[in-house]
Amino acid sequence: MNPQITTSPGTGYNFAYLDEGTKRMIRRAILKAIAIPGYQVPFAAREMPMPYGWGTGGVQVTAAILGASDVLKVIDQGADDTTNAVSIRRFFTATAGIATTTRTAEATVIQTRHRIPEAPLAEGQVLVYQVPIPEPLRFLEPRETETRQLHALAEYGLMHVKLYEDIARHGHIATTYAYPVEVAGRYVMDPSPTPKFDNPKMDDCPALQLFGAGREKRIYAIPPYTRVRSLDFEDHPFRVQSFDRPCALCGAEDVYLDEVVLDDAGGRMFVCSDTDHCETRRADGHTGEAA
Amino acid sequence: MYVAVKGGEAAIDNAHRLLAEIRRGDPAVPDLTVAQIREQMRLLVDRVMTEGSLYDPDLAALALKQARGDVVEAVFLVRAYRTTLPRFGATEALDTGAMTLARRISATFKDLPGGQVLGPTFDYTHRLVDFALAAGAVPGPAAEAEPEADAAACPRVTDLLGQAGLLEPSPPDDGAPVGDLTREPVDYPADRAVRLQGLARGDEGFILALGYSTQRGYGRNHPFVGEIRVGTVELDFTPEELGFPVSLGTVDMTECQMINQFHGHGAVPPQFTRGYGLVFGQGERKAMAMALVDRSLRAAELGEAVVVPAQDQEFVLAHCDSLQATGFVEHMKLPHYVDFQAELDLVRRLRAEHAARTAEPDEPTLREAAE
Repeated sequence: MNPQITTSPGTGYNFAYLDEGTKRMIRRAILKAIAIPGYQVPFAAREMPMPYGWGTGGVQVTAAILGASDVLKVIDQGADDTTNAVSIRRFFTATAGIATTTRTAEATVIQTRHRIPEAPLAEGQVLVYQVPIPEPLRFLEPRETETRQLHALAEYGLMHVKLYEDIARHGHIATTYAYPVEVAGRYVMDPSPTPKFDNPKMDDCPALQLFGAGREKRIYAIPPYTRVRSLDFEDHPFRVQSFDRPCALCGAEDVYLDEVVLDDAGGRMFVCSDTDHCETRRADGHTGEAA
Repeated sequence: MYVAVKGGEAAIDNAHRLLAEIRRGDPAVPDLTVAQIREQMRLLVDRVMTEGSLYDPDLAALALKQARGDVVEAVFLVRAYRTTLPRFGATEALDTGAMTLARRISATFKDLPGGQVLGPTFDYTHRLVDFALAAGAVPGPAAEAEPEADAAACPRVTDLLGQAGLLEPSPPDDGAPVGDLTREPVDYPADRAVRLQGLARGDEGFILALGYSTQRGYGRNHPFVGEIRVGTVELDFTPEELGFPVSLGTVDMTECQMINQFHGHGAVPPQFTRGYGLVFGQGERKAMAMALVDRSLRAAELGEAVVVPAQDQEFVLAHCDSLQATGFVEHMKLPHYVDFQAELDLVRRLRAEHAARTAEPDEPTLREAAE
């Protein structure tokens, strides 16, 4: 978050599209969200020039915190070259004229959909998540008036029953992404549809994590170095997915992999979902079996 | 060898160029002008303005052209443009009683002060395709009526009934600021003003179906069309530095006052209650459906049990916006391979366990006991 400029880079729009009054409103919501980790702060989300569900919440948070000297990275499914990531990166290049990067380490602001980068984040970085359904209890209780009360009373029995029923039915907790977490010992929070593989990265993270849900008009946050615990049971401790092979391109283990179908005869390969991580490793001389 | 399967910048550019070419259609056919859309597709323009929450016929017409006639896409363009417009303030409340009428009908009284004015309506046309239109037929001039001498001679039906105490009065203007759901997130339970805003910009098809559902037993409330009026209203604004209202111009509006039966309770004697609909331009279907749903959403306020979807404000308000709905439905087109991978992993594991279980002969009795 760098000093703000408000001059238009010749697009006819204000710096980073939103007017300064709107940005101020969003920043207030962000500050409140940081002050109450994991709490969903209502904010007056605007209609943006990309559709709801395409990351309007994340885009508004990014627009509100971007400064002229920021370096932006945008990923979708862990990759910088997915169409929606390209589109959002272009939007900010056009409306804010800021520098962009695909390198996790070089970015000051990283907007993401569905992944947390593999490389550890650092102090001073901001990770902005695009959130479709901010309410972790939504599929257990559809009414906002009810879920608000449940949060106020820290009444999370519903969620524990749901997880328990998973175990009773499947022998496992059958939630593989958007796996609920407890933030700073208080609020249960939806980490957005990241695979639960990424949940441990949220815990005690040096970077600021901001979550924007445009359609649902909510912002929430995890301040740096905050305890984030994935919900579990003593006899069924939280476990992340593991892959039984390394990345076929860079040989990385302990990373999240995309399964790529190669042909119609069952041929497939597994490669890093985080393209920057994979490229960095290959540049450092790591190779996998298919490289 | 693995090649990148993920989309790239070039693909996006090419898709946009193709879209532009397809939008234009056959170049041998003359290009559609914005003015033609504005004048000849007026009801469509009106709908885009209403659901776009922005009164600008030229902009709505241009949006329709850009959107290839897709209403939701056109609404989207108008809404995104609206986001960037500065706000000067709020106008004075519209006085629809002083409307210059193009059309005014009441289904509750055969005749009433000001009379019934049919105006331009499809209502009594026979829906026979008019092939003369395709041949370029030019219509003859419409008949002209004598201009209304005095707007006060055409009072709103609800004002007539209200004088006798049969109809609940409009709540007095307490001067308190009116909520704005485009500037504040909806806080449930939402008050009526905010609900009406949501309904006004809500998708016509969705509001229509909800209103219809109340007529078919899902929250019956005995509606009568007290009045529908379509016409032009003056818009007044009071700039702070002047301190008195000045006219900004006029807008075309459609207003529907629905009158509903109500049996009263406790201290409230039996009287008629109201549902209200108001849209830009001529949009009677939307205004009527909106009035039905507005009345339905007043269930809690009027002491009625909230049991059906059209009475449930969270259900209605959270799902009536076509932009929110289409965005979230269509976002399923975006890649989800990371999440799908996680599910794939789980299903494979569960299948392996299932296979292992069914391979063990003693398992079934044990499972039965556990179940």
